[in-house]
Amino acid sequence: MSGLSIDKLSMRFDLPNGGSVQALKDVSLNLKAGELMSVLGPSGCGKTTLLNIVAGFLAPTEGVMELNGKRISGPDADRGMVFQQGALFEWMSVRENVGFGPSMKGMPKADKAEIVDHLLDVVGLQDFKEKAVYELSGGMQQRVALARCLANDPDVILMDEPLGALDALTREKMQGLVLKLWKETGKTIILITHSVEEALLLGERLIVMAPRPGRIHKEYRLPFAEMGVDADLREVKKHPDFAVKREEILEMIWDMEEEIMGRTEESK
Amino acid sequence: MIPLILYVAIFVAAFFVVRMASEGRGTKDYTSLKTVTFGDESAVRPNRAASIISVLSIFFMWATFTGSALIPSVLHMPGPFEGTTTFNYTVENAAGEQDDATVTVLVRPQGEDAVKPEVEAGDGFAKNDTAIVNKWGTKVIVVQGNDDAKKADGAKVVAINGEPVVARSTVVVDGGSVTLTDKGTPNFKAKTGWQMAPLYLPPPEKVWARTLEIASEGYRNFSLWEHVGYSLFRVVVGFLFGAIIGIPLGYAMGLSNWFRGWFDPIVEFMRPVPPLALIPLIIIWFGIGETGKIILLFLAALWIMAIAARSGVSGVNIAKVHAAYSLGASKPQIMRHVIIPNSLPEIFTGARVAMGVCWGTVVAAELVAASQGAGMMIMVAAKFQQTDIVVMGIIMIGVIGFGIDLLMRWAEKILVPWKGKS
Repeated sequence: MSGLSIDKLSMRFDLPNGGSVQALKDVSLNLKAGELMSVLGPSGCGKTTLLNIVAGFLAPTEGVMELNGKRISGPDADRGMVFQQGALFEWMSVRENVGFGPSMKGMPKADKAEIVDHLLDVVGLQDFKEKAVYELSGGMQQRVALARCLANDPDVILMDEPLGALDALTREKMQGLVLKLWKETGKTIILITHSVEEALLLGERLIVMAPRPGRIHKEYRLPFAEMGVDADLREVKKHPDFAVKREEILEMIWDMEEEIMGRTEESK
Repeated sequence: MIPLILYVAIFVAAFFVVRMASEGRGTKDYTSLKTVTFGDESAVRPNRAASIISVLSIFFMWATFTGSALIPSVLHMPGPFEGTTTFNYTVENAAGEQDDATVTVLVRPQGEDAVKPEVEAGDGFAKNDTAIVNKWGTKVIVVQGNDDAKKADGAKVVAINGEPVVARSTVVVDGGSVTLTDKGTPNFKAKTGWQMAPLYLPPPEKVWARTLEIASEGYRNFSLWEHVGYSLFRVVVGFLFGAIIGIPLGYAMGLSNWFRGWFDPIVEFMRPVPPLALIPLIIIWFGIGETGKIILLFLAALWIMAIAARSGVSGVNIAKVHAAYSLGASKPQIMRHVIIPNSLPEIFTGARVAMGVCWGTVVAAELVAASQGAGMMIMVAAKFQQTDIVVMGIIMIGVIGFGIDLLMRWAEKILVPWKGKS
């Protein structure tokens, strides 16, 4: 079967004081190839843990994951990851960063150069090819990160708050870019975010997670990502449904946050 | 005390002069308020004029307190007395009669030939005397040696220039002072002024002349360049060995629990031991030859490099490693393309520190025992009171140390331009 399937995933961290924290409990998900899913939740709900497990950086305590029928047992090139920041290699130029995956595979130079050139065109960084990454602005760096991930042609792209460190304007532009890349490449994308608007815009599917133990609280299927492709995202935000959904989800997350606060107060 | 007051005066005067000179041209933006941006080191930039005046005033201080020929003598501090002076003394014989006589003293630079001034013996039972005294020097003048009234007969000096004296009392005379010794003989001390004797601090031009002399003739069977070259050679070889062993050791400690556990106690113990404290043991084990020195410098560099490499590895942002894994890199590839380049800035910082420590250590080791090297040169010169060589050596050691640091900084800029950029 094609796509990503996650079955009854649980994750428990042992603490140094002998106790343990249930970061995830019985999380099950099925993603079809080419689906765009955003994940929202209050801090501490295990979003990043989930992503790290799917990427293969963490082994789950229980549960099985399969990608295209193949069991996931560690990090691999079929699941690319885009981080919030700091994951680019400062000692390499923009071109070398984007070509990192192909280089590691030992791809012939000409093929690699073609891929890199194409992707730099797509993300609009052709003129910055030979620059060092630390000379670029934050938005440009994230475009390099996106291009680097795509250069490896993964089946799934995992994004851990990729736009979290950008200013509002750059962020909006980058959201458009993510949608464009999703449509053009047809990749399966899981995107973690703190911003409700971003989750609505960049999610055909949106799951809201609840904390302690981390679990899926509610799932939505949304039309906004499809509407946003090649359109002005601000127009999409004016859609009446958009505001309704935003308020609903915000309310939900606020309730969860308040519950956490209450529990913390009690335990004191 | 006088030099300190003068130096502070120059500092304050230069500050106000420069400020008046640059009146109206200074920045009036927010950076001019930098005195209130505490903790923002970058807001304070060195004042170029201050740096230049600072260096010049050091040389001025040096010149003025040594009577250097480089500056007009008007600017010299009051110098020591030089030339001929006289003082009178009064002798009282056993019978209670008194008679005066004159002592003519010639004060001349040490080592310079001089003829004793000729004087007439004079009348009375006290006869005139002459003496030659070194500049900055003292001399006991046996004034009664030629007198008719002998000391053995009970005659004694009772006054200098008419001032009554007893043992250990001092009378200030032209060009110096006279103190009566316990045995009643005048001891003439030439006036020293505020300048320093060349024995303590030679003037700059003498140091420069000695530098040229040593550069062309060498010192103790080795040319100046050989002395410096030996020191540098030891530093470079010791440092290279330290880096060759230390960097892989640091990597191993950063990557393996076993290596970390095994070497942590050793490294953490050896790091705070100053390399200088190892010198005696090194001499006992390896003697004073090259082997011992290189091993000492190897040890000085080893721990610094190991710790730098270790923290370079441990300090890698886990996101970079994760990114590389998810881009399909294997462990050796991550080592080669992520861990090593990521640790280079830390290693360079360590290398800069290690080179500085090695340079300091080699000089100290040569001070203790060596047959050539910059440290040995100044130590031997000090034993022979060749202060000019000592001063020259200190300046040279400083300049070379500074040069090494500049070189390392330059190499860092070229080789790890991404340092501090992530």
